[in-house]
Amino acid sequence: MSTSENLTPARPLLEIKNLEVAFKTQNGMVKALKGVDITLMPGKTLAIVGESGSGKSTTAHAIINLLPGSGKITGGEVLFDGKDLSKLSQKEIQFIRGREIGFVPQDPMANLNPVWSIGFQVEEAIRANGIAKGRAEVKKRAIQVLKEAGLEDADKRMKQFPHQFSGGMRQRVLIGMGLSSSPKLLIADEPTSALDVTVQRKILDHLETLTRDSGTALLFITHDLGLAAERAEQLVVMYKGRVVESGPSREILQNPLHPYTQRLVAAAPSLASRRIQSGRQSVVAAAGTPLYAGAADAGVTESIDLVSAAAARAEQVAHTPAAGNAIEVRDLTKIYKIRGAKGDAKTLKAVDSVNFSIARGTTMALVGESGSGKSTVARMLLRLEDATSGEIRIDGVDTAPLAGRELLNLRRRMQPVFQDPYGSLNPLRNIGNTIGEPLDVHKVGDRKSRRARVFELLDQVSLPRTLAGRYPNELSGGQRQRVAIARALSLKPDMVILDEAVSALDVLVQAQILRLLSELQEELSLTYLFITHDLAVVRVIADNVSVMQGGRIVEAASTDEVFGNPRMEYTKELLDAIPGAHIPLGV
Amino acid sequence: MSNTPIDTVPEKIPERSPDHFVAALDDTPLVDVDSVTVGEKPSNLWIDAWRDLRRRPTFWISLVVILFIAVVAIFPTLFTQVLPDQNCSLDNSNAGPAAGHPFGFTKQGCDIFSRTVHGASTSLSVGFIVILLTTVLGILFGAFAGFYGGWLDSLLSRIGDIFFSIPYILAAIVVMSVLFAYRNVFVLSLAIGIFAWPSTARVLRAEILRVKNSDFVMAATAVGLTRFRILMRHVLPNSIAPVIAITTISLAGAIVAEASLSFLGVGLPPTFMSWGNDISQAQSDLRTNPQTLIIPSLALSITVFAFIIIGELIRDALDPKARAQR
Repeated sequence: MSTSENLTPARPLLEIKNLEVAFKTQNGMVKALKGVDITLMPGKTLAIVGESGSGKSTTAHAIINLLPGSGKITGGEVLFDGKDLSKLSQKEIQFIRGREIGFVPQDPMANLNPVWSIGFQVEEAIRANGIAKGRAEVKKRAIQVLKEAGLEDADKRMKQFPHQFSGGMRQRVLIGMGLSSSPKLLIADEPTSALDVTVQRKILDHLETLTRDSGTALLFITHDLGLAAERAEQLVVMYKGRVVESGPSREILQNPLHPYTQRLVAAAPSLASRRIQSGRQSVVAAAGTPLYAGAADAGVTESIDLVSAAAARAEQVAHTPAAGNAIEVRDLTKIYKIRGAKGDAKTLKAVDSVNFSIARGTTMALVGESGSGKSTVARMLLRLEDATSGEIRIDGVDTAPLAGRELLNLRRRMQPVFQDPYGSLNPLRNIGNTIGEPLDVHKVGDRKSRRARVFELLDQVSLPRTLAGRYPNELSGGQRQRVAIARALSLKPDMVILDEAVSALDVLVQAQILRLLSELQEELSLTYLFITHDLAVVRVIADNVSVMQGGRIVEAASTDEVFGNPRMEYTKELLDAIPGAHIPLGV
Repeated sequence: MSNTPIDTVPEKIPERSPDHFVAALDDTPLVDVDSVTVGEKPSNLWIDAWRDLRRRPTFWISLVVILFIAVVAIFPTLFTQVLPDQNCSLDNSNAGPAAGHPFGFTKQGCDIFSRTVHGASTSLSVGFIVILLTTVLGILFGAFAGFYGGWLDSLLSRIGDIFFSIPYILAAIVVMSVLFAYRNVFVLSLAIGIFAWPSTARVLRAEILRVKNSDFVMAATAVGLTRFRILMRHVLPNSIAPVIAITTISLAGAIVAEASLSFLGVGLPPTFMSWGNDISQAQSDLRTNPQTLIIPSLALSITVFAFIIIGELIRDALDPKARAQR
């Protein structure tokens, strides 16, 4: 910032006024932003929070004119340092992009070109922004950028290619590139959504230090309210292309006034897990006097409040007598043969002597970061893959030798729900057939009774019966996940393996599905193995937790114990990385 | 958390600060979380593709052209009473149009229009027999190689590569030269089809590799479906769309191949009524009697064009991304 600006009363660095953006679709122009106002002062941090489709990314892209070809700014203005960016020519905006406004994209895996070395790409950015001239000068600056990004031996790493970097490292590089020209504003679009929580924490700490040191204002976009409140001074909550609430983040979190914000606060697992920690208090009480009479009683918050859902669950489990172990896993090991970097055969121990047991009617969460081997455990339990050694006992029976009829019986008792709602349903089979297929395969009942069972299952997962004749493409992610749950339940299993079953969903939908899972467990006395990378969700759904790291279980205990008294350093690190862990909630 | 003290509850809810903005509820009415909204009619890839095609005039024009040519091929006598290869009189050699002979006569004194009408069935037969062959072989090789993988994939893919490495026109020339005495529509189609299937197999194999790693395949395995049933019920139906598009276009290719081979003299014997043969025989009379060349060439081009257009449209309609971009 120049000194003159410090003297005059602060002028906003970025002022978005009544911004409207529309996208061209087959059904004409569809409005994505319907009058968005955002003000960001120099050197401050602002977070835009919202679900997918709320317009948060569109806002960020509209600022620097990176809207896809079908999108257009149809009204309002984007004042940056007094200039209206929406009126600039392509050339003028290119000059501002990179030099004055840096951008960190969402997916570090897709945003570095795999055929060029890291150094080349950093140098390219430096040259394009005119930060340095001449080969030696540019190279020196590039090394400096990578060093600032936290890469050790940066000059060696310059010659490496993106695939030799981990996701976190790549994101550091992208942040470094975004900040290389010391811009006045850095826009980060979900900069850590694709990363593990512990990496996310380090990256955000790093980003915070860098922007603070250089006085860069930061606008970042996230779907995680806890994360936003922890990292930003100002919060903007978006819903359906509009800003529904904005202001100081702590105040919004402690005193959410718009019913939508109240919903979000109630449903965010990171916040819920904290509230449970601090004495299981309901958010409705914390929301204070609702601005709109009736908003709280109308059930808008109640139906998706994670805390009350968790409390109900805990109570239910407490009342069920212990009934022995449904699943017992002893010394389970899986070794993969992989090809090494030089084409030589290598082995990878994906799962290393894992032991655990799950009591009937309870939920055990298997928590770990990507590559920890948790999904491999699930696949071995489901007999989708064979174990290298060790044994899996279901009700005391070793499953490894099962085949034919007996294997089919095992499958009938244990069903999975997978992560990707868009991949877990066959797009060409209608919902009724998808849910009814297991009945068909196991020859349960006749056509009529199968049909009745499909309807019953649709009722159970709260989907209308009319969906039976429809195809998955008409459903949202959460609804698809309900269908996947219905399919898993069709054979009346007593065990369900939930492999990241809620990880891909928006928080409100996630809260709904978590609640549904709790209700189903109570109703059908199901045993859950809940696999996730998100410890915050664990807090509301699981009775016991096993933490996996590098193929091994490093800590296993009851949920209360793990959260209240973690023994291992790694578990502490995971718990600390839950966003929003350090903000006073005022509840 | 053990290492972070739980923050105490503030005494009262903080005052609302001046920059805490809240939108009026009327501006953004809250809807139920994840409420189900379904269209009036069911839709999936095929239904959507059909809806998309139905709205395109070019689709209907191409379809009408193709159906018309099919009718011509099956019932040539509906369109001309003149016999194409008998009653040819050298008196009419290269004569111009006359009553009942709208385009005149060939060098042999045969009616050009009648020959073109009667030639349609050859072209279409070759086209359809070839795609039947390439589709059956392509699906067998592509599906098994892609789905079962391992040594079967290596074996089937290498066999495909061998056939793929030989240009099919060249291969067909060699085969037809060897089988010179047995030239007929079926042998010719076989010669083309045997070398044309690997591209279908490759497209299908790639698609199968993509689909077989879907979660719904894993879910089906966990339910207890056999591998073969998973292939037939879940994987193949989701992989077949690009095959259909490529098939329509390769049908056009097969018709062209027949014409090319006949033109080169290794296709069908001259006694067969075929556009390729007619074009071949017309080349010497191009300057004196151009319609002997123009009429069968036009028929060939229109047919090929119609199939290519319809193939492109189907390919677009079956690709939701391409559809969204239009």
